[in-house]
Parts: sequence; structure tokens; C-alpha cells
Amino acid sequence: MHAAGFSSHLKNALIATALAAIVVLPIFTLHLERAGTRTIIVPEWSTLLWGCLAVFVVQLLRPLLAPRLPRFALPRLPQAAPGQRKVLIFVALMLAASWPFFAGRNAVDIATLAMIYVMLGLGLNIVVGFAGLLDLGFVGFYAVGAYTYALLFHWAGWSFWEALPLAGAAAALFGFVLGFPVLRLRGDYLAIVTLGFGEIIRLLLVNLTDWTGGPDGISSIPKPTVLGLEMTRNPSAEGGTTFHQFFGLEFNSLHMVIALYLMALLLAVITLFISNRLIRMPIGRAWEALREDEIACRSLGLNPMRIKLSAFTLGAMFAGFGGAFFAARQGIVNPESFTFIESALILAIVVLGGMGSQLGVIIAAILLTVLPEVAREFSEYRMLIFGLVMILMMIWRPQGLLPMKRHHVEVPA
Amino acid sequence: MLALRTVTYCTENEETPLSLGAIYALIAIGYTMVYGIIGMINFAHGDIYMIGAYIGLVTLSAVGVQSGLPVWAVIALMLVVAVAVTGVYGFVVEQVAYKPLRSSPRLVALISAIGMSIFLQNWVALGQGARDMAVPSLVPGALRFGAEGGFEVYVPYSRILIIVVAVVLMIALTLYIQHSRMGRASRACSQDMHMANLLGIDTNRVISFTFILGAMLAAVGGVLIALAVGKLNPFIGFLAGIKAFTAAVLGGIGSIPGAMLGGVILGVAETLAAAYISSEYKDIVAFGLLVLILLVRPTGLLGKPEVEKV
Repeated sequence: MHAAGFSSHLKNALIATALAAIVVLPIFTLHLERAGTRTIIVPEWSTLLWGCLAVFVVQLLRPLLAPRLPRFALPRLPQAAPGQRKVLIFVALMLAASWPFFAGRNAVDIATLAMIYVMLGLGLNIVVGFAGLLDLGFVGFYAVGAYTYALLFHWAGWSFWEALPLAGAAAALFGFVLGFPVLRLRGDYLAIVTLGFGEIIRLLLVNLTDWTGGPDGISSIPKPTVLGLEMTRNPSAEGGTTFHQFFGLEFNSLHMVIALYLMALLLAVITLFISNRLIRMPIGRAWEALREDEIACRSLGLNPMRIKLSAFTLGAMFAGFGGAFFAARQGIVNPESFTFIESALILAIVVLGGMGSQLGVIIAAILLTVLPEVAREFSEYRMLIFGLVMILMMIWRPQGLLPMKRHHVEVPA
Repeated sequence: MLALRTVTYCTENEETPLSLGAIYALIAIGYTMVYGIIGMINFAHGDIYMIGAYIGLVTLSAVGVQSGLPVWAVIALMLVVAVAVTGVYGFVVEQVAYKPLRSSPRLVALISAIGMSIFLQNWVALGQGARDMAVPSLVPGALRFGAEGGFEVYVPYSRILIIVVAVVLMIALTLYIQHSRMGRASRACSQDMHMANLLGIDTNRVISFTFILGAMLAAVGGVLIALAVGKLNPFIGFLAGIKAFTAAVLGGIGSIPGAMLGGVILGVAETLAAAYISSEYKDIVAFGLLVLILLVRPTGLLGKPEVEKV
């Protein structure tokens, strides 16, 4: 009996190895090389050997080990009492706000990027996590926000803080107008239409050269001011005061980096605060109800259109804020930054963290921005691993690293 | 006037509307069959097409352009190897990324498919490099014939090859689905998977078959377009995939004749857009058509309406 089981395992492992060989051979072993005008093949047999060996061993051992492996426990956060929770959040915020004063420029710069992704992740979380609408064109709204600030600066000379509310409003308007016809569609069609819209926005940015600068985009966008003071060495206007002059400090470009980080942190915290409140409001409950069962929701007299549209619009608004900040930080916007892969990255943040789980999304955003920077030697493999993680997460843990907790009240025993 | 301008356009541009449409149709069949059977958008299908094109190029380079074999034999060999290996890719992709998710919600499977798409692009980019690869032209030359008013109509042979191969395959596929045992089983599965299973049809086999067949057709499209365009890179699959999906939706997803019709309409629409507006806008037209069709008539031209039951 046992022997028969083993021989069938062996057979399966051999089949899997043969398939792996066919899959690896043309892409990894038979390298295409250019020799003058001709393309020749330079075989590299070691990749085939190692690939097949790995698949064979894993497939052979998998059925033997599977029942013996301990089911690894899901990471669960210890439940803190409400009072403790507030203290914990306060301490975390203080730490997040104070560490850049002791850290290096590079680390702070990466942290700023991470905060932008936290903001975007939390925004998309409203759409995908709370309302259950798969939006593959989220980056389109991010682009709208970024270009709103860039264009307002370019054509009308607006400053970042003047343009920020408008960037959010413009993105929200786009979300509203595009969402209006789209949200009637069922899940996967909705995903594809939003993808189409995202690409159309990007293609328009590329092609409306007179307005948007085409593929080159818009450059020399000024950084935000701090307390109304410029963070440059010399004031741009005659008679102006800059930050370091006002406070009597030595000019240091690190000030700008830290200020940008703090602004990103502030925006991320505001996003967190708002989305945290929204989910407890009737509209938030309606989003969740709609996600769980649209037909039941309609039967209970909720208007699905209005509920979906509110989630879509709010999500787009946060993307718009994120976009305006991104434009200010980079100092340049071009359509290259707003490809589908960026949408997929933000989606991966939400999926990895756990759809609907805000803490999960924050941790995933930080992980996905910091890890590639730390592991630079693996940068080639970054996207490969990234795709793999998306598949594996869906198979093993579709609820994400830190699954969302349903809001509930516990009756004390 | 319209017809005349279209004809002049074809003489100037690389793409002829019918060959473009034929390629879209070949890829669209994979989308439509998978959707018809398991109701899932196989987002990675465009990348399977790209892999088919790469395997064709690897075969061509392994044989060598000046091998002494006749051109038709080289092309046939490229097609056979690409079809076989890409079929294995289709099978493996389904086993790894989709089979464990059969009973999951649609969106979970879609996210897994997006992950697979990103994985395959970077798989090839790592293995064969991310830059453009030149594909030697095996079928140079073009069919020329004079037209009224001094126009010379000029259709490259490589485009004619695409149309001929695609039409032959479409006919063969239609006959196979209509008359073979497997074709009957797959039609039964697309009507009611559960019932088909109860009646003794091995549904797992039918699903694998669908993925393999879709991948094979996409591989044919990939090899032919690589020969016609003369270059490829690991990222060509995304746009081609979205456009083929548009074609599938346009014709009515789940319907094989619909996919063929949708492919041809999309090819013509894109070429006309490039001719009358500007070639930069042809992608916008394709995406616009996708959005419009899904909004106005999500069942497509030949599709059946889908009723959601509680």
C-alpha cells in the first residue's frame, strides 16, 4: 500500500519534472544572443539541470511532508484595550515623526515614498477592500492628481498647498464621472473597464502634447513650502524669506527631505484617520454589506449605485492627493510613472496586507517599498517575485497577511 | 472615397486590417473559451502569446536562417515547436495558478491571473533579456497589383500568410468543437459544468484542454506576428492581450465565432482610426471601444445575456 503510494508520487514528480524541463528550456537555457546581424543560441545547461532538480525534489517530498508540517499560525495582533490602543498609536506616531531627525537622507527619502504608497494603498483599500470593487485603473486618478498640480503650476503658477485641494477634487470628479457609467458592471468586467480608463488617461497624457508636454511631461515643479516659507537656498522672488533665513539656521538640503517626509506622514495619517472613520459610519457599513452580497443589499432598500459611487469617488480623491504630493516630491511628472504596473503594485499592497485591513495595508506598503531598496542585489528578480507573491497569496491566504477584523462588540463575561 | 483611402492607407502602413484582426482573433479565442467554461478572465493569456513568439524565435535561431531547409519547412517547424511548448505553458499556468482557485470568488482568480501575467513577463525578461529582439524576415516581398487611378496596392506576403493560417485554423477549430468528442464535452461544460460532471465528463480534463488549446492558438499568432513585424520584447503581450480581450468581448465573450468577428472588427477599427485620426490614437480607440462595448452591450454582438440567479 505504502509502496504503491510512493510509486505514484514518483510518477507525479517525474511528470512535473518533465513539464518543468519543457518550460525552462526555451526561455532560460537556450539563450538568444546577437552575433553581428544574426541571432544565435548560446545554451546554458546548468539552469535546466538545477530547475529540474529543484522541481523533482520538491514534488517528491511534498506529499511526504505535507501532513507532517505544522500548520503555521496566522499572525494575530494581541488585542489591546481601548485605552492602551490610543497610547500605542500615539507612541507609533511619535516614533514615525521623530526618527528622520536621526536617520540618513536615503532612509528618509525611501520612507517618504513608503508614505505615498501608504496613502495610495489606503485609498485603494476603500474601493477594493471595503466596497469590493476591483479597480485596475487606480493609477489613472493618481495621474490626474499629479497632473492637476503640475498643470496648475505650469499654466497658472499655483503653489502646492493651493493646488492640493483641487488635485483631490479633480481626481474625485474623474472618479465620479467615470464611475457613473461603469459601476453597473459586474466584478471582473468592472476591473477591465477601469483598466481601460486608466490606460486611456495615460495615453491622453502622452498624446495631448500641447497641454501636458507629451512623453517628456512637465518638469521643474516646485517643492511644497513649509509654513509659507520656501525651502531653497535663495528666495525665488525679490525680498522673500526662505525657511533657513527665517529660523536663523544654516542652509541644509536635508531640511527639505525631512519636511517632505513629515508632510507625507501627515497626509498618510489624515487618510488613515478619514478611512478609519468612514468604515464605522453608515456609508462604511453599506460598503461592506454591498461587498458581501449585492442582491441582499438591494433587497434591503440600499441604493447600490450611490454606495459604489461614493467609495469610488473617495478612493479616487485620496489617489489625487497622493498624486499631487508625488509631483511635488519628484519635481517632474511624465506618463511613464502611471503605467498599469503601478496600479498592479498598489493592488498588490492591498491584497498582501489583507483587503479591508488598514494596519495590514500600511505594513504591506512599507514592506513593498522598503524591501526592494534593502535587497538591491535582487532588484532584477523584484517583479518576478512580486508576481509570484500575488499568486501564492491568492492560493494560500486570500485574506492577506493581517486579515481584516469585523467590527464587533464583545459582551464581557 | 472611403474604400479608396483605406486602400491607399494599407499601401503605406505595415499593418493591414485583416491580418491584424486575424491575430486578435487567434488570441481572443483563448480568452473566450476559458471564459465560456470557467467564467474567468485569463489575464495572463496575452503573455502566453508573447511566450509563443519567443519560442518561435528560439526555434528559428536553433535551426538557423541559412540551414538549407526550405522556408515553408522552417516556418512549419517554428509553428509546431511553438504550439507544443506553449501548450505546455498553458497547461502549467492553469495547474499552478488557477486550479487551486476553482471554487474561489472571481476576483481572487483574476488577481492570481494578474500575478501570473507579471510573473511571465519578467520570467522571459530575465531569461532572454528585456530588450527588443530582431526576428529575421523569412517571407520578404509583397503582392503588388495596380489599381485604378495610379495606386499600387501592396500587401506583404507575411500578412497574407497570417490571414491564410488564421482562416484555416478557425475552420479546423469550428469543425473540431462541433464534431469531436472533446469538442462536445467542452460545449457541454460551458453550458453547465456541474451537470456535465454528473454525466461523467471529466471536467478537469476539459478545462486543461481549453487552456492548452487557447495557448496553442495564441502561439500561432505570436510566431506569425513576430515574423511579420520583425521584432519582439517580453512586454508585447500586455497590449495585445487587452486588445484581444476587447475583441472577445466585442464578439460576445464565450462565443467562438464572436471572437473571430470581434477580432476582425477591432483590426479594421484600429486601422481606420490610424488612417483618419492619427496613428497615436489607435490604442485609445481600442481601449475606448472596450469601455464602450462593456458599457453599452456587455453581452457583445453574438453573446447570450447572463442572468444572475440568487
